[in-house]
Amino acid sequence: MVGIRSFGGYIPKTRLARDEIAKAWGSGSMGGEKAVCNHDEDSLTMAVEAGINCIEGIDPKTVDGVYFASTTPPYKEKQSSTLIATVLDLGRETITADFTDSLKAGTTALRAAMDAVKSGSAKNVVVATADARPAEPESMFEQTFGDGAAALLISDQDVIATIEETYSIADEIVGLYRRDSDNYVRQFSTKFDSQFGYSANMVEAVSGLLKKSGAQPGDITRACLYAPDPRSLLGVAKALKLDAKTQLQDPLFLGVGDTGTPLSLMMLVNALEKSRAGDTILVASYGDGSDAMLFKVTDNIETISPRRGIDAYLNSKMPIGNYEKYVRYRNLMQKDKGTPFSSATLLWRERKQNLSLYGVKCGNCGQAQYPMNRVCLKCGKRDKMEELKMARKGKVFTFTLDYLASGPELPVPRTVIDLEEGGRIFLQMTDCDPQSVKIDTQVELTFRKIHEGGGFKNYYWKSRPAMG
Amino acid sequence: MSLKDKVAVIGVGCCKFGENWTQSQEDMLVEAAYDAYGDARIEPSQIQAAWVGIQYASTGMAGIGLADPLKLYGIPVTRCENFCASGMDAFRNAVFSVAAGVYDIVMAAGVEKLMDAGSRGLPGTGGGHPFIGGVSAPGMFAMAANRYMDKYGITKETMGKVAVKNHYNGAVNPKAHFQREVDLETVVNAPMIASPLGRFDCCAMTDGAAVAIICRADMANKFRDDPVYVKGLGLSVYTGQPNYDPNFDYLGFSSTQHASSEAYKQAGVSNPRKEISFAEVHDCFTITEILNYEDLGFCNKGEGGKFIEEGISSIEGELPVNPSGGLKSFGHPIGATGVRMIYELTKQLQGRADGRQVKNPELGLAHNLGGPGSVACVAILGW
Repeated sequence: MVGIRSFGGYIPKTRLARDEIAKAWGSGSMGGEKAVCNHDEDSLTMAVEAGINCIEGIDPKTVDGVYFASTTPPYKEKQSSTLIATVLDLGRETITADFTDSLKAGTTALRAAMDAVKSGSAKNVVVATADARPAEPESMFEQTFGDGAAALLISDQDVIATIEETYSIADEIVGLYRRDSDNYVRQFSTKFDSQFGYSANMVEAVSGLLKKSGAQPGDITRACLYAPDPRSLLGVAKALKLDAKTQLQDPLFLGVGDTGTPLSLMMLVNALEKSRAGDTILVASYGDGSDAMLFKVTDNIETISPRRGIDAYLNSKMPIGNYEKYVRYRNLMQKDKGTPFSSATLLWRERKQNLSLYGVKCGNCGQAQYPMNRVCLKCGKRDKMEELKMARKGKVFTFTLDYLASGPELPVPRTVIDLEEGGRIFLQMTDCDPQSVKIDTQVELTFRKIHEGGGFKNYYWKSRPAMG
Repeated sequence: MSLKDKVAVIGVGCCKFGENWTQSQEDMLVEAAYDAYGDARIEPSQIQAAWVGIQYASTGMAGIGLADPLKLYGIPVTRCENFCASGMDAFRNAVFSVAAGVYDIVMAAGVEKLMDAGSRGLPGTGGGHPFIGGVSAPGMFAMAANRYMDKYGITKETMGKVAVKNHYNGAVNPKAHFQREVDLETVVNAPMIASPLGRFDCCAMTDGAAVAIICRADMANKFRDDPVYVKGLGLSVYTGQPNYDPNFDYLGFSSTQHASSEAYKQAGVSNPRKEISFAEVHDCFTITEILNYEDLGFCNKGEGGKFIEEGISSIEGELPVNPSGGLKSFGHPIGATGVRMIYELTKQLQGRADGRQVKNPELGLAHNLGGPGSVACVAILGW
């Protein structure tokens, strides 16, 4: 049976209290906080982390597809899924595709992955979805939107939840949109979209799914319904005869916000984290129609090794002190920037090293080393190197806090890391209180945006304090 | 084969170091070179070859960086770039050419015009890697400081005493960038640059130029009766990426250890603590001077803190270090520094270091360190 073999989630550590936004504009606060990409994150880096969590413990060479879904991919032309596949260290014979332009792109990618596996054209497909949507300052969206990611491995082996049924509708409406020339997400009329778009589409798709599958609303253990805000969700639940208290999966509004494309799948991941064999999970997305899906949790849920989904990140947080910092993180106020050096040709040669994080191990003396080099730094032997995938964990050998760096957060911790399985690497540290960095601090590596030297996006690794 | 006593320094020159807003690199080189010509009592036309230490292309490219300001045309002039050791490497190449018997009289110069770069720290050199590598100079030495403090338990106060000492020395040096003393409290409480190094743990951005004129040892007395002689000269290169070397302990620099042992061997020095009368060392940061004490063999590993605390390196101490004020107080125009150290060694050995003269020096040591500990050059001069 085709279904979900594994899952992973991601929520940025940085959070902005909605009160701070309200304070900035002298408006009312919706309460709670929203997850906001750190200044070195975007939809791609978030999808990478969710993807890494998802294939934890699974040989990446057995994964043969990556579908990335987002309305905010880093490039208008250039595929993100290929970069994600490279960072995940998948083989070259991988099918990659980006699903975009609609908030239902995540569930559509999931359905396409399911079809690919079902047809036998692929065996294990990662669906990684993330968004960091641009909200107009002072708009309602500025308070409601949050950032996050989810990833699911679709397979026909070791599935923890089978895909029982799908039902999709396409419905043309100018609801949420962003033209090529728009800076922010727009909505012609909130009331109109809520009634004739969101509510109508969700109810139609879920009703259609239930009818097609023969299930009753009462059969649903968890309903993961996309929700632009909690109130709209209650309306849909009521129309579908779902009990808000016992059946609705938390839409993460108070702690994360409306993450857009990944939201319903983040809710699914969160539901899977707490589910038991036999549970029935409903998922429905919204955007130019709706995709609805029904999953049945299998016995494998009891034996899947622990992995980071949503829960691990919900309480791992760091407040952005004020609205002004959020403005800088989001590039809403532009400072003059230098033009760092970069070279697409140089980075192309080094893609295995910089993206898949390979170093070398000397076949003569056994010294692990990074970056790759030809003459051993320890024994001096030439070309005895074997490729070595570096561990993404280690501890701080030494560090400094750099107060002269440029960027929105100073000082920048710079850390020399001894990696767990050998080798040493020198990385910026992110997502931390700089003053807490010490020698021997346990760290893990995280994939981030570094700069836009050369006129393109330069991604690389940083360190961050190890999560519990 | 040893270099010892084959080459003599017969003239040195140095411009006033500082934020020389009104001077170009040409102005500074002309001042330093004519100071040296006068000191050696020679005419420019007697120079047969020249080397110039310049780190940044914005200061000057190729041999013309020196040849054009001084109109040293028709002779070989070579730019030497080896990070912050560029100046002493220029001197080293000049010395080798004379020792080899190819030339009789040559010039070693160093110059850097940093203030024109307009940057807060050292300007970038362009190119390199988009993100692998890249740590600022303060950042590199700060990481050594954190490791050293963790291992040997020294404090910011101990490091701060290096700054206090060097500013004390520089305060009476008319060519120093900063001619003022600082107290320990100011040093320790200065704003952070790269933790644990604050502003007064770091040398500043300085413009300057220095020149040395050297000749065959056997003809030196024709120019003056107090020439000083090159006793030993070593240069050593280690990795430019120490932060990726799993075996690097951050507690010292192999480059300095190897360059100095080479120089000691040539000079016949077996106990530097006793035999070296005074030293000009590369105190780009306070921690660096402490590491240098150990790497140069002035004290044992882990005793660098005690060395400064006990006043051994003070100007009245047993082994004065940086009587000029060092990079901290005299200034550090990158390519100029190595040659400026030769200037100080010569003046001290000749008893002409007014106001900062060390007592009865016989052997002086100069140490130039470049990059993240990547290159070190050590010169020993004496009678």
